[in-house]
Amino acid sequence: MKHSTQMFAESDLNNRNRRYEQLFKTLFLLMTLLLIIPVLVILGTLIVKGSGSLSIEFLFTEPTNGMTEGGIFPALLGTVWLVSVALLISVPLGVAAAIYLSEYAPDNWYTRIINLAIINLAGVPSIVHALFGVGAFVIFFGFGTSILAASLTLAIMTLPVVIVSTRESLQAVPHAFREACWNMGATRWQTIRKVVLPNAVSGILTGVILEVSRTTGETAPIMFTGAAFFLPYLPQGIFDQTMALSLHLFVVATQVPNVPESLPYGVALVLIGIVLLMNTLSIAFRMHLRSKKKW
Amino acid sequence: MVSQTEKPPKFSVKDLTIRYGTTPALSGVSLEVEENEIFGIIGPANAGKTSFLKVLNRMDTMTEGMSYEGEIEFNGINTRKLRNLYALRSRIGVVFPLPVGLPLSIYDNVAFSPRLRGINEKKRLDQIVEQSLTRAALWDEVKDRLDSLGSLLSGGQQQRLTIARALSQDPDILFLDEFSIAVDPVTTMRIEDVLVELKQEMTIILVTNLVQQARRLTRRTAFFLSGECVEVGETEAMFAGDVKDSRTSDYIEGRFG
Repeated sequence: MKHSTQMFAESDLNNRNRRYEQLFKTLFLLMTLLLIIPVLVILGTLIVKGSGSLSIEFLFTEPTNGMTEGGIFPALLGTVWLVSVALLISVPLGVAAAIYLSEYAPDNWYTRIINLAIINLAGVPSIVHALFGVGAFVIFFGFGTSILAASLTLAIMTLPVVIVSTRESLQAVPHAFREACWNMGATRWQTIRKVVLPNAVSGILTGVILEVSRTTGETAPIMFTGAAFFLPYLPQGIFDQTMALSLHLFVVATQVPNVPESLPYGVALVLIGIVLLMNTLSIAFRMHLRSKKKW
Repeated sequence: MVSQTEKPPKFSVKDLTIRYGTTPALSGVSLEVEENEIFGIIGPANAGKTSFLKVLNRMDTMTEGMSYEGEIEFNGINTRKLRNLYALRSRIGVVFPLPVGLPLSIYDNVAFSPRLRGINEKKRLDQIVEQSLTRAALWDEVKDRLDSLGSLLSGGQQQRLTIARALSQDPDILFLDEFSIAVDPVTTMRIEDVLVELKQEMTIILVTNLVQQARRLTRRTAFFLSGECVEVGETEAMFAGDVKDSRTSDYIEGRFG
């Protein structure tokens, strides 16, 4: 048997392993730091160049003088319209589908095909969703280019996100709780309503907030289905067209001549501000959820 | 007509085979559980004990791939032909190996089943909750904090909460599936005392891997081994050595398992 001093003596192999260990650790750390750079640069540029144009007035007045001056109120309001209507459609639909898939669906080929379809729906490019929206909602259902058509397109696009996040929240509720309820003679629905849903609702909401942040930034799906270049009036209902922040940014940045440089940066700052706010909310919600865990 | 003295057995099982997919978990079981007895099922892990309980309250319909053959009668009624399985399950209280306190308040845990039966009157619910918790020997420990979460009680308390919940069903029969696995010996003895009292009012099927627990509590015992019911007999006689199969005496004397 070796003496302990011999056992811990360093061989060449040990040294080489340690050098590699150090090398790879540093390499991975560098890659991670690289990730942060674009975020910081984007935010920094936007704040430096855009904060000059930010004001309460900017948020709540209409664009004037061929969109080279004034505020962004119609676009901001339009985005709120589009996102709200999209949520009203996708949340009930998505949550219902997720409840079916998580709580009722047997594990067979039929369910597997549905799951596959959801994954594929998530992978469809947004421009394809846009064209589908034109064909289905604008033309076939005859909604015209309107908030309704645009929101329906957005809703279908974000449906997989809602379904997947809801299903995960439901599955995070231990199966033993369901078994206990069923054994007492509860139906599946009674079990879902009294035990599963109340304990999954925070997780579901987190997913919904994330969906809001995604929907807010989408441009392609609303371009042909309901969002307008410029409108001299505010939308009065879901059958009107509307302006939207994301499209407005595209327009003032590339389509309109003689726009002062700070204007598009201001629009972008508002847009990213909304998204960051939503993401922060969702993270806060998740932390709240962890602290209130009941088992 | 069935006279009062010739009541059908609580459960009558004939030629029962249980399968998960095509794999049999238990086969060829025939036995009867009589009213107001504590019926023991002993055997090592993977013997099919839990699967047996699951088909008795028809939880096979809630379990992916589970099916059974053979006849099971509950109070003389073939459970395969029952359409209202929810009513069947509400007549049977089940206590699991690991305590399952629902993430509801202690009160709501115990009021869950009465509410399922449509009892919503506060006074009546209060009464059932107090009575069930008292009978499960938990009332004194929790009466001042009925609003706190049931899932945050200690293991032993949660197991008694589960028993209180089962009793709140006002069951005909109680299934206990290795209830003492996660419970300290003192609590185990308290629950055993409760069971002896409950026997006056209901039938109990006690699945246990503690041979001595079966001996203390049960009148008759079935020995399950690797998906087979080796034998059913009077508990005392079995422990006295009156067995039909040498594997039974080997198991209860601790030579394996």
